[in-house]
Amino acid sequence: MNLANFSVGLSTYLLVGAMLFSLGLYGVFSRRNIVAILMSIELMLNAVNINFVAFNRFIWNQKIDVHYILTGHVAALFVIVVAAAEVAVGLALVITIYRNRQTANVDEFNWLKW
Amino acid sequence: MSTVVFFIFAILSIAAAWGVVTSKNIVHSALYLALSFSGVAVLYVLLNADFLAAVQLLIYTGAVSIMVVFAVMLTLRGEVSESNPENRSWFGGALVSALVFVMIGLVILTNADWRVLAAPWTGGGSAEDMSLLLLTQYMIPFEAAAVLLTIALAGAVILAKGVKESK
Repeated sequence: MNLANFSVGLSTYLLVGAMLFSLGLYGVFSRRNIVAILMSIELMLNAVNINFVAFNRFIWNQKIDVHYILTGHVAALFVIVVAAAEVAVGLALVITIYRNRQTANVDEFNWLKW
Repeated sequence: MSTVVFFIFAILSIAAAWGVVTSKNIVHSALYLALSFSGVAVLYVLLNADFLAAVQLLIYTGAVSIMVVFAVMLTLRGEVSESNPENRSWFGGALVSALVFVMIGLVILTNADWRVLAAPWTGGGSAEDMSLLLLTQYMIPFEAAAVLLTIALAGAVILAKGVKESK
Protein backbone atom coordinates (compact mmCIF):
# COMPACT_ATOMS: atom_id res chain seq x y z
CA MET A 1 0.00 0.00 0.00
CA ASN A 2 1.40 3.35 -0.97
CA LEU A 3 1.44 5.54 2.12
CA ALA A 4 1.07 8.78 0.17
CA ASN A 5 -2.25 7.66 -1.35
CA PHE A 6 -3.57 6.26 1.92
CA SER A 7 -5.70 8.86 3.62
CA VAL A 8 -6.72 8.57 7.21
CA GLY A 9 -10.32 7.60 7.75
CA LEU A 10 -12.64 7.47 10.70
CA SER A 11 -11.68 3.92 11.70
CA THR A 12 -8.02 4.86 12.05
CA TYR A 13 -8.88 7.53 14.59
CA LEU A 14 -11.23 5.16 16.39
CA LEU A 15 -8.47 2.54 16.57
CA VAL A 16 -6.10 5.09 18.10
CA GLY A 17 -8.80 5.91 20.68
CA ALA A 18 -9.38 2.20 21.39
CA MET A 19 -5.65 1.65 21.84
CA LEU A 20 -5.35 4.54 24.31
CA PHE A 21 -8.45 3.32 26.17
CA SER A 22 -7.09 -0.22 26.49
CA LEU A 23 -3.73 1.04 27.73
CA GLY A 24 -5.53 3.14 30.36
CA LEU A 25 -7.61 0.11 31.39
CA TYR A 26 -4.45 -1.95 31.75
CA GLY A 27 -2.93 0.80 33.90
CA VAL A 28 -5.96 0.86 36.20
CA PHE A 29 -5.68 -2.91 36.70
CA SER A 30 -1.94 -3.26 37.00
CA ARG A 31 -0.54 -0.27 38.88
CA ARG A 32 -0.15 -0.14 42.64
CA ASN A 33 0.41 3.58 43.12
CA ILE A 34 -2.88 5.46 43.32
CA VAL A 35 -1.50 8.47 41.41
CA ALA A 36 -0.64 6.15 38.51
CA ILE A 37 -4.23 4.86 38.55
CA LEU A 38 -5.51 8.44 38.30
CA MET A 39 -3.15 9.00 35.35
CA SER A 40 -4.58 5.92 33.62
CA ILE A 41 -8.12 7.23 34.13
CA GLU A 42 -7.03 10.47 32.45
CA LEU A 43 -5.74 8.44 29.49
CA MET A 44 -9.12 6.72 29.15
CA LEU A 45 -11.02 10.02 29.24
CA ASN A 46 -8.67 11.36 26.58
CA ALA A 47 -9.39 8.37 24.35
CA VAL A 48 -13.12 9.05 24.64
CA ASN A 49 -12.50 12.65 23.61
CA ILE A 50 -10.68 11.51 20.46
CA ASN A 51 -13.74 9.44 19.56
CA PHE A 52 -16.12 12.37 20.07
CA VAL A 53 -14.08 14.71 17.88
CA ALA A 54 -13.45 12.06 15.20
CA PHE A 55 -17.15 11.21 14.89
CA ASN A 56 -17.94 14.92 14.71
CA ARG A 57 -15.36 15.41 11.96
CA PHE A 58 -16.24 12.44 9.75
CA ILE A 59 -19.97 11.87 10.20
CA TRP A 60 -21.50 15.26 9.57
CA ASN A 61 -23.91 16.70 7.14
CA GLN A 62 -23.53 20.11 5.57
CA LYS A 63 -27.28 20.50 5.29
CA ILE A 64 -27.97 20.55 9.00
CA ASP A 65 -28.22 23.80 10.89
CA VAL A 66 -24.85 25.45 11.44
CA HIS A 67 -25.56 25.65 15.16
CA TYR A 68 -25.51 21.88 15.62
CA ILE A 69 -22.40 20.95 13.64
CA LEU A 70 -20.03 21.19 16.58
CA THR A 71 -22.02 19.08 19.05
CA GLY A 72 -19.19 16.55 19.36
CA HIS A 73 -16.73 19.30 20.21
CA VAL A 74 -19.06 20.54 22.96
CA ALA A 75 -19.34 17.00 24.38
CA ALA A 76 -15.54 16.72 24.39
CA LEU A 77 -15.31 20.08 26.15
CA PHE A 78 -17.66 18.89 28.90
CA VAL A 79 -15.60 15.71 29.29
CA ILE A 80 -12.50 17.89 29.72
CA VAL A 81 -14.27 19.97 32.40
CA VAL A 82 -15.36 16.86 34.31
CA ALA A 83 -11.85 15.37 34.00
CA ALA A 84 -10.31 18.52 35.44
CA ALA A 85 -12.73 18.50 38.40
CA GLU A 86 -12.14 14.77 38.90
CA VAL A 87 -8.37 15.06 38.95
CA ALA A 88 -8.48 18.00 41.38
CA VAL A 89 -10.72 16.20 43.89
CA GLY A 90 -8.94 12.87 43.34
CA LEU A 91 -5.49 14.26 44.02
CA ALA A 92 -6.77 16.12 47.10
CA LEU A 93 -8.13 12.78 48.35
CA VAL A 94 -4.79 11.11 47.62
CA ILE A 95 -2.95 13.76 49.64
CA THR A 96 -5.41 13.41 52.54
CA ILE A 97 -5.07 9.61 52.57
CA TYR A 98 -1.30 9.92 52.40
CA ARG A 99 -1.36 12.26 55.40
CA ASN A 100 -3.33 9.72 57.45
CA ARG A 101 -1.71 6.48 56.27
CA GLN A 102 1.75 7.53 54.98
CA THR A 103 1.26 5.45 51.84
CA ALA A 104 0.05 5.77 48.27
CA ASN A 105 -0.27 2.04 47.66
CA VAL A 106 -3.82 0.92 46.92
CA ASP A 107 -3.21 -2.54 48.43
CA GLU A 108 -2.90 -0.92 51.85
CA PHE A 109 -6.17 1.01 51.61
CA ASN A 110 -8.23 -1.49 53.59
CA TRP A 111 -10.19 0.46 56.19
CA LEU A 112 -13.47 -1.11 55.14
CA LYS A 113 -12.16 -4.67 55.34
CA TRP A 114 -12.72 -6.70 58.44
CA MET B 1 1.37 15.09 4.24
CA SER B 2 -1.36 15.04 6.87
CA THR B 3 -1.24 11.24 6.79
CA VAL B 4 2.43 11.25 7.74
CA VAL B 5 1.78 13.79 10.51
CA PHE B 6 -1.14 11.70 11.77
CA PHE B 7 0.90 8.52 12.01
CA ILE B 8 3.86 10.25 13.65
CA PHE B 9 1.72 11.78 16.40
CA ALA B 10 -0.66 8.82 16.83
CA ILE B 11 2.29 6.49 17.33
CA LEU B 12 3.91 9.07 19.61
CA SER B 13 0.87 9.37 21.86
CA ILE B 14 0.29 5.60 21.98
CA ALA B 15 3.94 4.94 22.78
CA ALA B 16 3.83 7.60 25.50
CA ALA B 17 0.67 6.00 26.93
CA TRP B 18 2.51 2.67 26.95
CA GLY B 19 5.28 4.41 28.87
CA VAL B 20 2.74 5.76 31.38
CA VAL B 21 1.40 2.32 32.25
CA THR B 22 4.67 0.36 32.19
CA SER B 23 7.24 2.73 33.66
CA LYS B 24 8.61 1.68 37.04
CA ASN B 25 9.42 5.27 37.99
CA ILE B 26 6.29 7.32 38.60
CA VAL B 27 7.97 10.62 37.71
CA HIS B 28 8.69 9.18 34.26
CA SER B 29 5.03 8.14 34.06
CA ALA B 30 3.93 11.73 34.73
CA LEU B 31 6.24 13.09 32.02
CA TYR B 32 5.06 10.45 29.52
CA LEU B 33 1.50 11.49 30.35
CA ALA B 34 2.24 15.10 29.31
CA LEU B 35 3.80 13.79 26.07
CA SER B 36 0.74 11.65 25.32
CA PHE B 37 -1.61 14.60 25.87
CA SER B 38 0.46 16.77 23.52
CA GLY B 39 0.30 14.12 20.80
CA VAL B 40 -3.48 13.99 21.14
CA ALA B 41 -3.60 17.79 20.78
CA VAL B 42 -1.94 17.45 17.36
CA LEU B 43 -4.58 14.87 16.41
CA TYR B 44 -7.23 17.46 17.31
CA VAL B 45 -5.60 19.95 14.95
CA LEU B 46 -5.74 17.32 12.18
CA LEU B 47 -9.45 16.87 12.96
CA ASN B 48 -10.09 20.62 12.48
CA ALA B 49 -10.79 21.14 16.18
CA ASP B 50 -8.54 24.13 16.73
CA PHE B 51 -10.12 25.38 19.93
CA LEU B 52 -10.14 21.92 21.48
CA ALA B 53 -6.46 21.50 20.62
CA ALA B 54 -5.67 24.71 22.50
CA VAL B 55 -7.86 23.58 25.42
CA GLN B 56 -6.13 20.20 25.43
CA LEU B 57 -2.71 21.83 25.63
CA LEU B 58 -3.76 24.33 28.30
CA ILE B 59 -5.80 22.06 30.58
CA TYR B 60 -4.31 18.59 30.12
CA THR B 61 -0.68 19.29 29.34
CA GLY B 62 -0.53 22.47 31.37
CA ALA B 63 -2.75 21.94 34.39
CA VAL B 64 -3.52 18.24 34.88
CA SER B 65 0.05 17.05 34.30
CA ILE B 66 1.45 19.67 36.66
CA MET B 67 -1.09 18.71 39.34
CA VAL B 68 -0.15 15.05 38.91
CA VAL B 69 3.53 15.96 39.30
CA PHE B 70 2.70 17.87 42.50
CA ALA B 71 0.77 14.90 43.88
CA VAL B 72 3.66 12.58 42.99
CA MET B 73 6.10 14.81 44.85
CA LEU B 74 3.84 15.12 47.90
CA THR B 75 3.24 11.37 48.19
CA LEU B 76 6.67 10.05 47.26
CA ARG B 77 8.30 7.82 49.83
CA GLY B 78 11.30 5.54 49.58
CA GLU B 79 13.26 4.86 46.40
CA VAL B 80 11.94 6.77 43.37
CA SER B 81 13.04 4.11 40.86
CA GLU B 82 10.70 1.60 42.56
CA SER B 83 7.86 4.06 43.16
CA ASN B 84 5.35 2.53 40.75
CA PRO B 85 5.33 -1.26 41.22
CA GLU B 86 3.04 -3.68 39.45
CA ASN B 87 0.08 -5.31 41.08
CA ARG B 88 -0.25 -9.02 41.61
CA SER B 89 -3.15 -9.05 39.16
CA TRP B 90 -1.32 -7.36 36.28
CA PHE B 91 -1.59 -10.41 34.03
CA GLY B 92 -5.38 -10.57 34.38
CA GLY B 93 -5.53 -6.83 33.69
CA ALA B 94 -3.44 -7.26 30.54
CA LEU B 95 -5.70 -10.07 29.38
CA VAL B 96 -8.90 -8.11 30.00
CA SER B 97 -7.65 -4.94 28.32
CA ALA B 98 -6.33 -6.91 25.32
CA LEU B 99 -9.74 -8.53 25.00
CA VAL B 100 -11.45 -5.13 25.22
CA PHE B 101 -9.14 -3.78 22.52
CA VAL B 102 -9.79 -6.75 20.22
CA MET B 103 -13.53 -6.41 20.69
CA ILE B 104 -13.59 -2.65 20.02
CA GLY B 105 -11.26 -3.17 17.06
CA LEU B 106 -13.53 -5.84 15.57
CA VAL B 107 -16.56 -3.58 15.95
CA ILE B 108 -14.70 -0.68 14.31
CA LEU B 109 -13.28 -2.69 11.41
CA THR B 110 -16.49 -4.58 10.59
CA ASN B 111 -18.85 -1.60 10.72
CA ALA B 112 -19.25 -0.41 7.14
CA ASP B 113 -20.84 2.91 8.19
CA TRP B 114 -17.60 3.97 9.82
CA ARG B 115 -15.39 3.27 6.78
CA VAL B 116 -15.60 6.88 5.62
CA LEU B 117 -12.99 9.37 4.52
CA ALA B 118 -12.94 13.03 5.39
CA ALA B 119 -15.25 15.32 3.44
CA PRO B 120 -14.18 18.97 3.11
CA TRP B 121 -14.84 20.68 6.41
CA THR B 122 -16.66 23.99 6.60
CA GLY B 123 -18.08 23.66 10.09
CA GLY B 124 -15.54 25.83 11.85
CA GLY B 125 -14.20 24.86 15.24
CA SER B 126 -13.02 28.14 16.67
CA ALA B 127 -14.06 29.47 20.06
CA GLU B 128 -16.61 31.71 18.35
CA ASP B 129 -18.35 28.78 16.63
CA MET B 130 -18.44 26.75 19.82
CA SER B 131 -19.73 29.61 21.95
CA LEU B 132 -22.76 29.87 19.64
CA LEU B 133 -23.67 26.34 20.68
CA LEU B 134 -22.58 26.67 24.31
CA LEU B 135 -24.61 29.77 25.01
CA THR B 136 -27.81 28.71 23.26
CA GLN B 137 -28.47 24.96 22.99
CA TYR B 138 -26.20 23.82 25.83
CA MET B 139 -26.58 26.77 28.17
CA ILE B 140 -27.81 24.79 31.19
CA PRO B 141 -25.03 22.14 31.01
CA PHE B 142 -22.58 25.01 30.57
CA GLU B 143 -23.76 26.68 33.78
CA ALA B 144 -23.80 23.30 35.54
CA ALA B 145 -20.17 22.80 34.47
CA ALA B 146 -19.31 26.17 36.00
CA VAL B 147 -21.01 25.17 39.27
CA LEU B 148 -19.23 21.81 39.18
CA LEU B 149 -15.83 23.45 38.76
CA THR B 150 -16.49 25.85 41.64
CA ILE B 151 -17.59 23.02 43.93
CA ALA B 152 -14.60 20.89 42.89
CA LEU B 153 -12.26 23.80 43.63
CA ALA B 154 -13.72 24.36 47.09
CA GLY B 155 -13.82 20.62 47.82
CA ALA B 156 -10.22 20.09 46.74
CA VAL B 157 -9.04 22.95 48.93
CA ILE B 158 -11.00 21.68 51.95
CA LEU B 159 -9.84 18.08 51.45
CA ALA B 160 -6.19 18.90 50.95
CA LYS B 161 -5.99 21.53 53.67
CA GLY B 162 -7.60 19.33 56.32
CA VAL B 163 -10.14 20.21 59.00
CA LYS B 164 -8.94 21.58 62.31
CA GLU B 165 -9.45 19.14 65.18
CA SER B 166 -9.85 21.75 67.93
CA LYS B 167 -13.16 23.37 68.55
